[in-house]
Amino acid sequence: MKKKYIALIIYFIFLLIPIYWMLNTSFKTNAEINQILTFFPAKFTTGNYIEIFTDPQWQRSFLQTFAYVIINVVITMLVSIPAAYIFSRRNFKAKPHLFFWLLTNRMAPGAAFLVPFLVLFSNLGLMDTLFAVALAHCLFNVPLAIWILEGFISGIPRQIDETAFVDGYGFFRFFFKIFLPLIAPGLSVSAFFAFTFSWVELLMSRTLTSSGVKPITVTLTRSLGAAGWDWGVIAAAGVLTMIPGAVVVFLVRKHMVKGFALGRV
Amino acid sequence: MKTEALAGKRRETSTVLFLLPTLIVMVGVGIVPLMTVVNYSLHILFSGTLPHFNGLQNYYQALRDPAFMNAIGKQFLFTALILVIQMPLGVALGMALPEKGAWVGVALVLLGIPLLIPWNVVGIIWRIFTRPDIGVVTKVLAKIGIMYNVAKLPSHAWWTTVIMDTWHWTPLIILLTFAGLRAIPPEFYLAARVDSASRWAVFRYVTLPKLKHVLVIAVLLRVMDSFRIYDEVFILTAGGPGSTTLFMSHYTTRQVVGGFDMGYGSAISVIYFLIIQVMCYLLYTAMMKVGQKQ
Repeated sequence: MKKKYIALIIYFIFLLIPIYWMLNTSFKTNAEINQILTFFPAKFTTGNYIEIFTDPQWQRSFLQTFAYVIINVVITMLVSIPAAYIFSRRNFKAKPHLFFWLLTNRMAPGAAFLVPFLVLFSNLGLMDTLFAVALAHCLFNVPLAIWILEGFISGIPRQIDETAFVDGYGFFRFFFKIFLPLIAPGLSVSAFFAFTFSWVELLMSRTLTSSGVKPITVTLTRSLGAAGWDWGVIAAAGVLTMIPGAVVVFLVRKHMVKGFALGRV
Repeated sequence: MKTEALAGKRRETSTVLFLLPTLIVMVGVGIVPLMTVVNYSLHILFSGTLPHFNGLQNYYQALRDPAFMNAIGKQFLFTALILVIQMPLGVALGMALPEKGAWVGVALVLLGIPLLIPWNVVGIIWRIFTRPDIGVVTKVLAKIGIMYNVAKLPSHAWWTTVIMDTWHWTPLIILLTFAGLRAIPPEFYLAARVDSASRWAVFRYVTLPKLKHVLVIAVLLRVMDSFRIYDEVFILTAGGPGSTTLFMSHYTTRQVVGGFDMGYGSAISVIYFLIIQVMCYLLYTAMMKVGQKQ
């Protein structure tokens, strides 16, 4: 029993040290970062954060990233919910094949799809827009959302659907009044996964944008100029990018365990 | 009879209607780009010139490209390594987490953090942490006589990448294990205790089979995502020193974005995609078989 806790404590220290180190760096001046190794900021400064909050480019990046993440989550959910319902409730010949094909998209390496995406979105006139990034991320988020939601929906007995219809509920009334509230945990978990992926992805969002949209992940690496890295600002921006994720985790913490088992607990 | 047939028709129609949005989106962002890549891969395609049909030549060339083969070999080694490290570690820690208590909630949120950090920020965290001049890892290791240098020594770059990935993704396996364990009814353990089974036997014959579904998901997700690894390594080592940490995604990106012949880059992309699919399929069927024998 004791050994178990020692192992856990050691692991959590390993988990937290790099995060602490970034937090620590974000409150230091660049002079301190580049010259000495200190475990606490010797000269505590919020300058790095102030620089980010007052720079319009950082502000724009944060807002635009939020915008395409939210567009992506909305599209993913609207598209996945009906599909997951069908996958769970109906039987048709092509079902297993269709389901497997959807999952193979989750395996697609982003690097392999860069050029076709460039061509596709240029032809659609969507290059360098929020929609290009949001749609590109659907390639990964829709299959995962359907996978998770299908698990959650299958956990709800069919009799509930049937009882509702017998009670004279029309399909849409049943869907919105009874069905969606029942799978609320599944909805929040799949939205969480979509949010996460879209927020952390870099390769595609960078390729599909140039001057019009600047994903936060791109602005972060922009600071790697010829004059070397502006470590303090990068660390502060890194800390700021962790906050939305932390807030989302906090909001869905009760559903998280269930969601990680993809609803089949 | 007639009404039944009509109802069946209506069900079919609604099935198609409900699947339609997904199909439109996934054909648009999945099939159309994939077909584009396959089409490119059969041509010689220099920008500014007309495409020239080349049959399977690009594929022959790719399979004889030592740099590409090198990236594939490294990718397989990396994926095997992280599975061997992360799966047992994640399962053990997931089992060690207590079932209830105030700390469990805190632990779950903390475990979520690495999964929610943008991938290039993961790279930045580890770059700050291991920088050769005054990184804390460098300094601490120097104290015990190890001249650590992630930018110059290939083995150090390689192991730092493996450790970074372990830091980044083990929480996913811990969370999956933790979630999977909650699904095992306590009676199973009671029965095992009555039979005075050894701890290993309990794990092997009670816990493991019940965790199977969740572990299959964990392995598949880790394989898919480790084959996709790009941003964090790019920031940490930029593929170096030399090409020590140049993985498949880096090589492919170089060919399709920075290369001259898009046809060749596309052939590499197709091979890359096929490798992941075949790997996942084989792993999936193998793992499902293991369960059936029990």
